[in-house]
Amino acid sequence: MTYTVIARGLSKSFGARTVLDQVDLEVSTGSVLALLGPNGAGKTTLVRILATLLRPDVGAATVAGRDLLTDPVGVKRSISLTGQYAAIDDVLTGQENLEMMARLRHLPRRAVGPRVRELLAEFNLADARDRRAGTYSGGMRRRLDLAVSMISHPQLMFLDEPTTGLDPRSRDQLWATVRRLVADGVTFLLTTQYLEEADQLADTIAVLDRGRVVARGTPEALKANLGAEVLRLQFADAASYQGALACLAAEPTPDRLRTLEVATDGSAAEVSAVLRRLDDAGVAASKVTSHRPSLDEVFLALTSAGPESKELVR
Amino acid sequence: MSIAHAVKDSGVMVARCLRRSRRDPEAFFTALMLPIVLMLLFVYVFGGALNTGGAYVDYVVPGLIVLCAGFGAGTTAVAVATDMSNGIVDRFRSMPISGSSILLGHIVASLARNLLATALVIGVGLGVGWRPTTSVLPWLGAVAMIVTFVLALSWLAAAVGLLARTVEAANSFTFVLMFLPYVSTAFVPAHTMPAALRGVAEHQPFTPIIETMRGLWMGHTSTGASVGREAVVAIGYCAAILVGSVAAASWLFRHRTSR
Repeated sequence: MTYTVIARGLSKSFGARTVLDQVDLEVSTGSVLALLGPNGAGKTTLVRILATLLRPDVGAATVAGRDLLTDPVGVKRSISLTGQYAAIDDVLTGQENLEMMARLRHLPRRAVGPRVRELLAEFNLADARDRRAGTYSGGMRRRLDLAVSMISHPQLMFLDEPTTGLDPRSRDQLWATVRRLVADGVTFLLTTQYLEEADQLADTIAVLDRGRVVARGTPEALKANLGAEVLRLQFADAASYQGALACLAAEPTPDRLRTLEVATDGSAAEVSAVLRRLDDAGVAASKVTSHRPSLDEVFLALTSAGPESKELVR
Repeated sequence: MSIAHAVKDSGVMVARCLRRSRRDPEAFFTALMLPIVLMLLFVYVFGGALNTGGAYVDYVVPGLIVLCAGFGAGTTAVAVATDMSNGIVDRFRSMPISGSSILLGHIVASLARNLLATALVIGVGLGVGWRPTTSVLPWLGAVAMIVTFVLALSWLAAAVGLLARTVEAANSFTFVLMFLPYVSTAFVPAHTMPAALRGVAEHQPFTPIIETMRGLWMGHTSTGASVGREAVVAIGYCAAILVGSVAAASWLFRHRTSR
């Protein structure tokens, strides 16, 4: 397998605050890696380092085959960065934005016009070409942003929270565009706070929390870590709750009153085994439900952003 | 990165900044109206009551040039601050282009805007009866003084624009620069002011710059010092502002963009 990004031991502090702590990361060529994490986890800092905007305090990385620290210009030639806010010039028209960026990418003069027309068509912006980008809708701005990014056929695109602030329809359009570009062979490193987005787009998810990668894997693997099916048992009174705790060796769920969760493989055999043990102990559950863990649960289990630790921060 | 690319990148950035200036109708209109309105105001409304030893328009032209340049510098500071508060500078910096071209675009556009405003002041001045010398050399000297001053002021504005956390903060720079010329020899000679103000007026940077132009165009300064002496002080001030601002702007650009 070849990798478009290989990062080793990246660390970065701002003053006394450690933002990234010994981060290792690989993005295999042609895949989508989603950096998932709560606000302040260090996602943007990691992207800014890999996009040559920021120097790491410690660590090294190879991006698109170039060394990040010794050949930043080589890296810049192979990447494209889309920030948290669409990085386009509001005062210029869509076409002028593309022309300006094409010149800055040093396209031959005669190639600028055809390439710009091609991108306007490809990203469904031909009708809005002569309108100022400032008058575009959120979805159009993102499309222009991606079109600008595609001018020089980058090997690696960074998308920093690409759908923040987009309505659901524009978000779906953006996802479709990303999938199309992936099919064309572009490698993506995207950051997001939305688990659904990571689930929809990513081949690999790396969960970042307080500057560290706390988990990584395919969306499926991360979900499987919590068990294929979770059995949720609710009890009518404290006595039966305590009895069930003793006989099932289950984790108490402090945020839900008199409720236990037991991970199972989802088979009838395992579910009935749990229920039989309750029966044998003479404990009656008032309600039994079974559900698949969502990525949200994986996320809350992995990061410090759960309700308990939030209390501690305050 | 080759020199050819750096020059080309700067050209693209200059074109961008000029286009942005043209498309800001409010600022563009103000920048064009200001020289005309101020000239008419000072010459026809205040001028009659001010005794500067001759026609007031002969006195006031250099002062108005400096005042309009101050307004122009405010525009530059706002333009730089606006860019910095946007994602676009990050995009530029992630591309293989020379970082200095981004600031150079603003500086060259600032020079163009200010020199246009200056030409307007001179044109309107000539229209309402300003009669400066007609010899070529003093004119060249005066123009060189203006260009040097505007260049230094543009870099200072760029540094302020980078330093300001918000566009509004950058905007307040305009106020300072539009107020300072009043406490100089721009509109009245320093010897007519109270002692404390006179001290400020005689020693602040605007005065020698104004007096150099005045001396070259009209043949005498309002401070009584020779044009040569005023010019040396003026160039010293401009050089100090330029060197300090270029250094500050470069440092700020690197540090403000790498967080």
